[in-house]
Amino acid sequence: MSLDHSDVKKIAHLARMALDESQVDAYAEDLSKILGLVEQLEAAETHAIEPMSHPLHMAQRLRVDEVTEKDCRDENQAIAPSVVNGLYLVPKVIE
Amino acid sequence: MMHSKSIVELGTGLQTGEFSSVELTRHFLQRIERLDKDLNAFISTTPEQALAEAESADQAIKVGQAGPLTGIPIVQKDIFCTRGVKTSCGSKMLDNFISPYDATVVEKLKHAGVVSLGKANMDEFAMGSSNETSFYGPVHNPWDKGRVPGGSSGGSAAAVAARLAVAATGTDTGGSIRQPASFCGITGLKPTYGRISRFGMIAFASSLDQAGPMTRDAADAALMLQAMAGFDPKDSTCANQPVPVYSATLSDPLEGLKIGLPREYFGEGLDPAVAASVEAAIDHYKRLGAEVIDISLPNTGLAVPTYYVVAPAECSSNLSRFDGVRFGYRCQQPKDLEDLYKRSRGEGFGAEVKRRIMIGTYALSAGYYDAYYLKAQKTRHLISDDFKQAFETVDVIMGPTTPTPAFGLGEKVNDPVTMYLNDIYTIATNLAGLPGVSIPVEPVNGLPVGLQIIGNYFTEAKLLNVAHRFQQETEWHRLTPELESVASD
Repeated sequence: MSLDHSDVKKIAHLARMALDESQVDAYAEDLSKILGLVEQLEAAETHAIEPMSHPLHMAQRLRVDEVTEKDCRDENQAIAPSVVNGLYLVPKVIE
Repeated sequence: MMHSKSIVELGTGLQTGEFSSVELTRHFLQRIERLDKDLNAFISTTPEQALAEAESADQAIKVGQAGPLTGIPIVQKDIFCTRGVKTSCGSKMLDNFISPYDATVVEKLKHAGVVSLGKANMDEFAMGSSNETSFYGPVHNPWDKGRVPGGSSGGSAAAVAARLAVAATGTDTGGSIRQPASFCGITGLKPTYGRISRFGMIAFASSLDQAGPMTRDAADAALMLQAMAGFDPKDSTCANQPVPVYSATLSDPLEGLKIGLPREYFGEGLDPAVAASVEAAIDHYKRLGAEVIDISLPNTGLAVPTYYVVAPAECSSNLSRFDGVRFGYRCQQPKDLEDLYKRSRGEGFGAEVKRRIMIGTYALSAGYYDAYYLKAQKTRHLISDDFKQAFETVDVIMGPTTPTPAFGLGEKVNDPVTMYLNDIYTIATNLAGLPGVSIPVEPVNGLPVGLQIIGNYFTEAKLLNVAHRFQQETEWHRLTPELESVASD
């Protein structure tokens, strides 16, 4: 699978990541090479193989549904780029 | 000199009052000040905090409440959140991030009484095998400053090798502890997946990431692992398994140990000089009474391609949290919310991180999921089954940690696929979730070479025992690089 200029721009948009226009072709080349490596998987016979999502085949542990965290809002917001009255500020979303 | 001693030796010196932890800490801080200019192993140093911790350690020693790590100066990889201290993960994205909390590993090591000298350089978000993707510049290998220290835990490895810290923490997603340990001539242990809590360890690929110790030798690794390992309710994938006393079995005899040598790890692509060093070490094990058995891990060739679907897929998901809204880098004057997301991420991430996010985004996108991610989860199963079968007949698996010694700075950085293939021997153990350790064997042309020992799940005590027995009878782990100003030391 080879990716071209417009494929890369589409993927970058899906990842919400701006790319310098001048670098898009270089990314297309690199990503195509990586996908070339990944395509070696096609040759593997996996018809009857179960997908493996956890290295120890363990189920997700559940805990009792109760509040265990203390309120750290002020500490956490102290490192935010822009906060007013406990709210994170972003550019206006609704006109 | 104080800096050339191991944790075990320093512990004796501290207990007998030969030197204090404050003296020891000052000594290491001075070494960093003098020698790290040429190595770049540290992203930040925290001298005031270190000296305060050293003073508390000295108090604890005085009143007889010291443990084996009390007062020992270490460095934390900058992937571990440290309360009140910059935690950059090697990225511009987190250059302004002062963590509001401690990672569990940091908390546990503090509890054990260590002194933290600062934060170690690393590949950006742990994505790299050479430490060249760091926003803070590459780390230089202390054995040859024109070469890479390996990665992603390159700063940790270089700091321990250059004796700028007694020990370090690292993380290993595809070889990021073992490969730099090999390149820098130190001992690096990647434990079983889930052995150590991932809470507060900035996530790259959650089903592969595992923290571990990087030390001079296996005896030190046992002490560090003892402090780091154990169940943590804050990490839902952390294993609820008993933690043995790792130091207790270090010197157990190895008679009858069955060592498997996978023929796929000794084939094409392996530097013959590295092969010779590794084979000489294996011969040493035969003299210790071990039995060597030829085995096959037939799906080894699938490991790197499988990894480059699974790891990027998980990374693209994990790194979506960096959005310029709640913490980290934010672009200047965003015109709308989408612009804020896109430019904050575009400006905050480096090229390798962008490549991996895009591969992962693509592999998980509609219409491609089955062909890439589901397929890779199946090949992952094949790789894991290879090991399962091997461990039915052998106790440990041995081979080279890397195909070559450390390569030159700039040599592979422009060719991602060539760089990825360097991790051929380390990646499969992460996919299977198994523990592995790299220990120094005979160098090649003055450059360190690592022997990798892979064990079955939760057999870290056995791995450390196997490593320690070799180190009791050899001197490779004691070799120290000659740094210019060492003479005046």
